[in-house]
Amino acid sequence: MMYRSLFPRDALAELDRLQREMQQTFRLSPSIRGIARGGFPAMNVGGTQQSVEIYAFAPGIDPATLDVQIEKGVLTVAGERKLTAPGEDATVHIDERFAGRFRRVVTLPDDIDPAAVDAKYRDGVLRISIARKQSAQPRRITIQ
Amino acid sequence: MSDNNAVKKQASGDEAALLPPVDVIEDASGITLYADLPGVPKDKLHLQVEADTLTIEGEIDLEMPAGMEASHAEVNLPRYRRVFTLSKELDANKVGAEFSQGVLKLTIPKAEHAQPRKVEVKIL
Repeated sequence: MMYRSLFPRDALAELDRLQREMQQTFRLSPSIRGIARGGFPAMNVGGTQQSVEIYAFAPGIDPATLDVQIEKGVLTVAGERKLTAPGEDATVHIDERFAGRFRRVVTLPDDIDPAAVDAKYRDGVLRISIARKQSAQPRRITIQ
Repeated sequence: MSDNNAVKKQASGDEAALLPPVDVIEDASGITLYADLPGVPKDKLHLQVEADTLTIEGEIDLEMPAGMEASHAEVNLPRYRRVFTLSKELDANKVGAEFSQGVLKLTIPKAEHAQPRKVEVKIL
C-alpha cells in the first residue's frame, strides 16, 4: 500500500513560508520583551537606512517630565501623566484616558549610534530619532 | 449625552478611524469632555455640532523621514473620529474648545433654563 501523508508536501512548505514572512514583517521582534499592545503611550517604530524612528503617542504631558534613556541597546520612555481631578460635586460619565505612571521599553537594532539621538515633542507625540552607525550604512563601491 | 459610534457611520465618510479615549465629567454648570488626539495639529482638528450631534475628528500629521518603513505600528490609521449625541438641556451654541499637546478640552454648558434651581418649599 502506498504511503500517503496527511499533509501534502506543498502545504507544509506554504506554512513554512508564511511563518518566515510573518517574522520578517516585525523586524524588531522576536524580542523577549515583546511589544505589548494597548499600553501607554502607544508606540510606532520605523526606520530608514540612516536612522531608527520611534513615535510615542503621549498627549498632554510636560516634555520636561519625560524620561528617555538608552542603555545597552534598550530604549526606555517613562513618565507620569497627571489629569485634573473632577470637582467634589461632579459626576464622571466616561473615564477612558490613561492616568498615572508609565514606562515602555523598546529593543533597538544593533547598528544604532546611542550618541546620536534626537527627541522632539510636538502635538502630544514624542519622536525619538536615533542615527545608525556610519559603518552600518550601505556604501556603493566604485570599481576601478 | 451618549456615545453612538457603533450606530453612526454616515457622518463624514466611511473611512476607518481610531476611536480616541475620552473622559466626560458633568457638574452643575455643564459637561466637560477631554479627548486624547496625539499627533493631530491644530489646523487638522475638526469639531462640529449639528443639531444634537457632536463630531470630533482629527487627522494625524507626523513628521517622517523620506523612505521610512514602519516595522511596528500601534497607531495604524491616520485619523481619529468619535461622535456623541448631546441631550436637550445642553447649550450646543456655547461649546468652548481648547486644544493643546494633543489633548482636546470641550466645555458644553447647560442651557439657562436647565441650570439647577433650588425649589423652596413653603410650609403653610
